[in-house]
Amino acid sequence: MKKAGLLMILGSLLLLGLFKFPLWNIMLGAPQYPDPLGMNIFINGIKGVSEFDLQNIDGLNHYIGMKTIPKPEQMWEFSTFPLVIGGMAFLGVLIGFLGFFGKISYHWFLGWFILMSILGVLGMYDFNSWLVEYGTDLDPNAIMKMTKPDGTPLTYEPPLLGSKKIMNFMAHSYPRLGAYMMFSGMLLTLAAYFVGKKTQKQKS
Amino acid sequence: MKKTVNILVTLLITLGLFSCNQDKSDGDKGALASNAAEKVYVAPGDHDEFYAFLSGGFSGQLSVYGLPSGRLFKVIDVFSQDPQESYGYSEETKPMLNTSFGFIPWDDSHHPDISQTKGVLDGRWIFINANNTPRIARIDLTTFETAEILEIPNSAGNHSSPFVTENTEYVVAGTRFSVPIPQRDMPIKDYKGKFKGALSFVSVDPENGGMELAFQILMPGFDYDLAHPGRDKSHGWFFFTTYNTEEANSLLEVNASQNDKDFIAAVNWKKAEEYIKAGKFKTMPANYAHNEYSDETHSATSTMLKEVKVLDASELPGLVYFLPTPKSPHGVDVDPSGEYIVGNGKLSANLTVHSFTKMMDAIENKKFDGEAYGIPILKFEDILAGTVKQAGLGPLHTEFDGEGNAYTSFFISSEVVKWKLGTWEVLDRNPVFYSVGHVMIPGGNSRDPFGKYLLSLNKITKDRFLPTGPEVTQSAQLFDITGDKMELLLDFPTIGEPHYAAGIPADMIAKNSKKIFKLSENNHKYAIKTTQEARVERNGNEVHVYMSMIRSHFTPDNIEGVKIGDKVYFHITNFEQDFDVPHGFAIIGGHNPELLVMPGATETLLWEPTKVGVWPFYCTDFCSALHQEMSGYVRVSPAGSNTDLTSSLGE
Repeated sequence: MKKAGLLMILGSLLLLGLFKFPLWNIMLGAPQYPDPLGMNIFINGIKGVSEFDLQNIDGLNHYIGMKTIPKPEQMWEFSTFPLVIGGMAFLGVLIGFLGFFGKISYHWFLGWFILMSILGVLGMYDFNSWLVEYGTDLDPNAIMKMTKPDGTPLTYEPPLLGSKKIMNFMAHSYPRLGAYMMFSGMLLTLAAYFVGKKTQKQKS
Repeated sequence: MKKTVNILVTLLITLGLFSCNQDKSDGDKGALASNAAEKVYVAPGDHDEFYAFLSGGFSGQLSVYGLPSGRLFKVIDVFSQDPQESYGYSEETKPMLNTSFGFIPWDDSHHPDISQTKGVLDGRWIFINANNTPRIARIDLTTFETAEILEIPNSAGNHSSPFVTENTEYVVAGTRFSVPIPQRDMPIKDYKGKFKGALSFVSVDPENGGMELAFQILMPGFDYDLAHPGRDKSHGWFFFTTYNTEEANSLLEVNASQNDKDFIAAVNWKKAEEYIKAGKFKTMPANYAHNEYSDETHSATSTMLKEVKVLDASELPGLVYFLPTPKSPHGVDVDPSGEYIVGNGKLSANLTVHSFTKMMDAIENKKFDGEAYGIPILKFEDILAGTVKQAGLGPLHTEFDGEGNAYTSFFISSEVVKWKLGTWEVLDRNPVFYSVGHVMIPGGNSRDPFGKYLLSLNKITKDRFLPTGPEVTQSAQLFDITGDKMELLLDFPTIGEPHYAAGIPADMIAKNSKKIFKLSENNHKYAIKTTQEARVERNGNEVHVYMSMIRSHFTPDNIEGVKIGDKVYFHITNFEQDFDVPHGFAIIGGHNPELLVMPGATETLLWEPTKVGVWPFYCTDFCSALHQEMSGYVRVSPAGSNTDLTSSLGE
C-alpha cells in the first residue's frame, strides 16, 4: 500500500497546478489579427494571453452586444473553484497518507476519483453553460444584429473543445497545462486504486 | 566670363564623350539578363531582409524602404511639416521645428547614419542632418519617430554631418559655408581670412541618445564638404573634406576650382577632449535650439541654449592636420580596417587613397609641407597609400563590402566602379541611370559591412520610368554584389532626392518596433484615461476639449457653447490598446490639418472657428466597420452669445 499511497498523494498534489497554470485557453484569430487575441481561463479568473487582449476582445464584442468578459468578483465560480480544488487536493493527500500507513483501504482512492470526476463533469457543464450564455445573451440594442440563413439570431458562443468559425474569427478552445496536470493527477489516483488492489491481492 | 564658358564647353564635351563610350548593352536591362526578378521578389506577406533608410533631400524627411524589394514602408517626419501626421502642426510637435530663426517648416535632409557600438551597427537610433538651417536629428528606431533635434550655431550649410563614431560617442556637423563667427554685418568681399568654418562635435548619451553640443573647432574659412570618422585603428580621428581652399566668395564654380589640391582635414578628437579637459577652450555666447520629444508626454519641448565651447585649430597644436587631396574632394570614406582614407576628388578621374599609418608616421616625424592658418600640411607623397587610376569621371563617394573591395560612385560618367583595396586595380564597372550621388552598402561605413547589396542613389532618371511631366522621380538602383561582377537587380523611385542612405539587417530592429503606447503610461498634460474625465472647459477665449476616441466614437461627440473668436483646443486621446488602430480627427474649416493619433497617445489640434453654425468633425482613418459613424458636431455661436458650454455623448 506504500506505493499506492504515494501515487495517491502525488496525484492529488498535481491538482495544485491549477493555482498556477491556466485550466483552459480560447484563442481568436482573424485576418486582421495575425497575432490572435486570447484568454487564459484560470480557476480564479480570466486573464488575457497578451496584456491588452481582454480589453480588445471586449472592444470587438461590443459591436455584437456581448457582455464584457467577467471579472473574478462577477462570477461565484472564481471563488468556489479554488476552494473545491484546494479541498479535493487536501482530501486526496489525506487519503493517500492514511493509505500509506495502511489505515484505510484502497477503495477510498477510487471514491476520491469518482467524486473528483463528478465535480469535474459538473465544472465542465457549468463552464459550457457560461460559454453559451456569454455567446447568446446579447444586448438587444447591439450595433450589429446578425442572423443565420434561417432568420434566427446568430450567436457567438466559443466551442467548449475544438475550433469553430464565429463571423470573421476562428475560435480555438483547448485545455492548458493546469488541466493536463489535473487529468494526469486523476489518472495517478486511479492508478493508485489499481496498484492498491493488486498489492492487497498479493497479500491475501 | 570667357573662362567659364570654356570650362563649361569642355565639361559638356567630356560628358558627351563619356556617354557615347558607355556600353549600354548589358546592365540597363538587369531584370531580363538573369534571374534578377527572383532575387528581388519578396512574396506577399513575407518580409524584406534589410531596412534601408533613404534621406528625403529637399523633402526634409527620411524614408524607410525594404531591400531587396524596394518597397516603401514609411516616411519619417524629421525637418519638414507633414499634414498627414500633423507633424509640425499639432501643438505637441510644433516645438520640434523651433530654431534660433523661429519656426522653420522645411529643410534639406542629407545623410542618415545608424548608431554603432564597438564599430558595428546597433540599430538603436538613426541620425540625419538638416543642410539649410543647420541641425542634427535623432530618430528613435523603436517608434520610427524623431526624438530630438539640435540646432548647430556658428554653422551654415550643415553638409558634413552627422556620421557617427565607433561607439556613437559623437555625431558631427561641419559647415559647408564659412561665415563670420560670430555673425556680423560686414562686406562679403572681405571673406578671405575673416570668415571661419566651424566643425561641431555633438556628444550622444550612451543610455538615452540625448545630444549635446560638446565643442566646436574653429577652422579656416574653407568649405567643409563631407566627413567620416576613423574606425578601428584610426578611431579617435575624424576626417573632413574641404573645397574652396581658395577662399573665394563669388563664382565658386570657377574660383573655388583653381587649386590643384584641396585638403582633407584630419581632426584628432581625442586631443580635442584633452584640450577641453585642460580648459583650453573659449566659451562663446550663442543661441541655438534643443528640441526633445517625449514618448511619455507625447509632447516636444524646445529649449534655447546660450553658449558653446570653442577650440581654435590655429592655436592648438596637434588638433588638426591637412592631408593634401587632389581636385576639390567631395566624399571622404574610411575602410573597415581604418587604414585607408579615400578622397573622392570630384573634378578628377583618379581616386586618392591616404594611409593612416603613413599619416601618423609623418605627424610623428613632423614631416610637414608648410601650414595654412597655423595648421600643419602633410606632404602628399608621404601619406599616399595609392591611387586608383582613371577609374571614371567625377568620383563622389566610396563604400566597402568588408571583403577588401571598395565601390565608388562616379557622377559624371554615371557609373559605379568596384576596385580592390591595396592593389588599387579596377575589378568591375557598371553604368547607373543616371548620375549617381552616394552609394550604400548596409553597414558599409562600419567595421563590419553586410556586403550583399549595393544601392546606388541617382539624381537623374529621364526615361527610366513612365513620364510624369517636367518633374520626374529620382531613384535608387539595387545591385547584387556577392559575385565578382556587380549585377543590377532593380530600379525603384524615391521620395524627394535621396542623398545618402543607411541599411541594416531587418531582424536587428524589427523585433524592437513598438506596437502601441501604453495608455497607463501616458503623461500628457491634457490626457484623459477614462470617458468619465471627458469634458469641455473654458478659460477666457480658450476652450479645451478633453476628448477620447475608441472604435467607433468620440467622447464627447456633441459640443455646444463655442463662440466666434474662441481658440478651441481638441486634446484627443486614443484609448485603443490594439496594434495598428490609429484614429484620425479633422474638423471642417480647420486651418491645421488632421490629427492621426496612435493607440495610447494624446495629440492636440487648434481650431479657430470663423463661421456661426453647427460643424461636423470625423475620424479620418478607416478604423472599423462603424468608421463612417465615428463623427460629431460642434455648435458655434456668435461672439458674445450666452450659449452654455456643454458636451455630451449619446444623449
